[in-house]
Amino acid sequence: MKEAMKGDILPRRIITGVALTGMTIMIFILFFLVKESLPILREVTLLQILTGKEWYPTYDPPSFGMLPLIAGSVSVTMLSALLAIPLSLGLAIFLSEACPRLLREIFKPTLEILGFLPSVVLGFIGMMVLAPWLQEKLDLMTGLNLLNASILMGIMIVPIVASIAEDSLSSVPDDLRDASYAMGATRWETTTRVVFPAALPGILEACLLGVMRAVGETMVVLMAAGGSAVIPKSLFDAVRPLTSTIAAEMGETPVGSGHYHALFFAGLLLFLFTWAINLFAARIEARGRKWRE
Amino acid sequence: MKSRFLKDRLATAVLWSCMGAVLVILGGILVFLVVQGAGALSWEFITQPPRDSMTKGGILTPLIGTIQLVLVAMAFAFPVGVLTAVYLNEYASTDRFTGLLRLAVRSLAGVPSVVFGLFGLSLFVIFLKFGSSLLSAGLTLGCLALPVIVGASEAALKAVPQDYRDASYAMGATRWQTIRKVVLPAAFPAILTGGILSIGRVAGETAPIIFTGAAFFTPDIARSLFSQVMALPYHVLILATAGTNIEETRGIQYGTILVLLLVVLGITLTGVIWRARLRMRSSR
Repeated sequence: MKEAMKGDILPRRIITGVALTGMTIMIFILFFLVKESLPILREVTLLQILTGKEWYPTYDPPSFGMLPLIAGSVSVTMLSALLAIPLSLGLAIFLSEACPRLLREIFKPTLEILGFLPSVVLGFIGMMVLAPWLQEKLDLMTGLNLLNASILMGIMIVPIVASIAEDSLSSVPDDLRDASYAMGATRWETTTRVVFPAALPGILEACLLGVMRAVGETMVVLMAAGGSAVIPKSLFDAVRPLTSTIAAEMGETPVGSGHYHALFFAGLLLFLFTWAINLFAARIEARGRKWRE
Repeated sequence: MKSRFLKDRLATAVLWSCMGAVLVILGGILVFLVVQGAGALSWEFITQPPRDSMTKGGILTPLIGTIQLVLVAMAFAFPVGVLTAVYLNEYASTDRFTGLLRLAVRSLAGVPSVVFGLFGLSLFVIFLKFGSSLLSAGLTLGCLALPVIVGASEAALKAVPQDYRDASYAMGATRWQTIRKVVLPAAFPAILTGGILSIGRVAGETAPIIFTGAAFFTPDIARSLFSQVMALPYHVLILATAGTNIEETRGIQYGTILVLLLVVLGITLTGVIWRARLRMRSSR
């Protein structure tokens, strides 16, 4: 009897130890981002980085103003969310409320699979198909711009947002729908006044997670956004978000240089930004769960 | 009174058109890529390495490189992910530590892929001195896949009925015996489908490997964990943005994309179908 109990302690310890890996990685990510980005603050002040409008990291003397990069990230994210979220929610409501059952069985997994579309493929479409088309139709200097990247980013996040929002909508109990129909409400009235409000926390979470993905997405903006580090004034200006700046410049940067540390600082900004969105979404989800119970 | 029903009809039409729009856009992209890429596909394309500064030849080296990266990533992330899920679902109580662990896994799932690249560069490439290599890039991808595997495995373990565990305990089995002989076997097919889906995610990622181990070009297939590898998604990026003759290699670019799509979506489709069959069996 005692032998058996002894055999139980070791696996428990090992499993607990292994389970710590995830936490360790998370701590390491934070640690290395901070450690590698702090030296840049010895060269320039935090205010200069965050509000400086000149990103010329390889000039002599270099300037590390990240405002254009931040503006690039924010503009692509907001525009793509603006394009993608209405469509995603329409799709989610369709799948959960209006779709014939058989079609739903096919379309839901298809949507999930499309969520795995490699982003480099969408970036490629932006370069090869959308850019020339935009250039010709709108008579632009270049089709690689804010609009192009936002459209493709939107296409990328539609499956993600729609999938999570649909889960939330379809987990609303049928009793609520039945009660509403019994009162004589139409399907649209039932959806907008009963089902949608009941699923709201999950829908908000879906939107936030979509935005989080858009902020952190690299390949689409690297290939389709044009890459000039200026604050965009129109939809047709080229932008250079934080992610694509890191991806494009890290390869040619000497380890330990000011530029290197500045790119890590950009990474830290990205991380903190997406982390905040993620934690906010987690909080909404937890509240929604409590409220439903 | 009538306008209410008119509104309902109208709304239904709008909802249908949302689905139509998504189908047309995403389906259009897929059809376009298949049509453009099909011409480049051939047996030689899959089995020959790139030649003449990547303007001719096939994509054997990046294809094998992607498979190697997936293997390294999974060798790390699959056992760690499954055991983490076992801890969370079988051992963990609702204490502070478990809360932190859950928070860490959730946070990890939201880290941008390019930040994983920075992390891999500073930890694996520089600090642990693995250099820019298959090992560094594979481990970086593994860290990215970890939360996906934890999530899928935890759901699989949750789906194992409590009765199974109770019956095992009633026979005098310890907790570890119960996990090893009852819970894990029951959950394993579902855990495996989660693993397959995470492979789909890993195989298509570009940003984490750019500065941790992906090579612009190598003539040979990597024979050690410490050599650089080519990878399909990175190959697409290189050919499209930095190739020697971007116009002339269009065919190769579309061919590479089609192979990448077949690999990623094929793996994902397998996972999804398998999972659907498991669910059907368990609901019967």
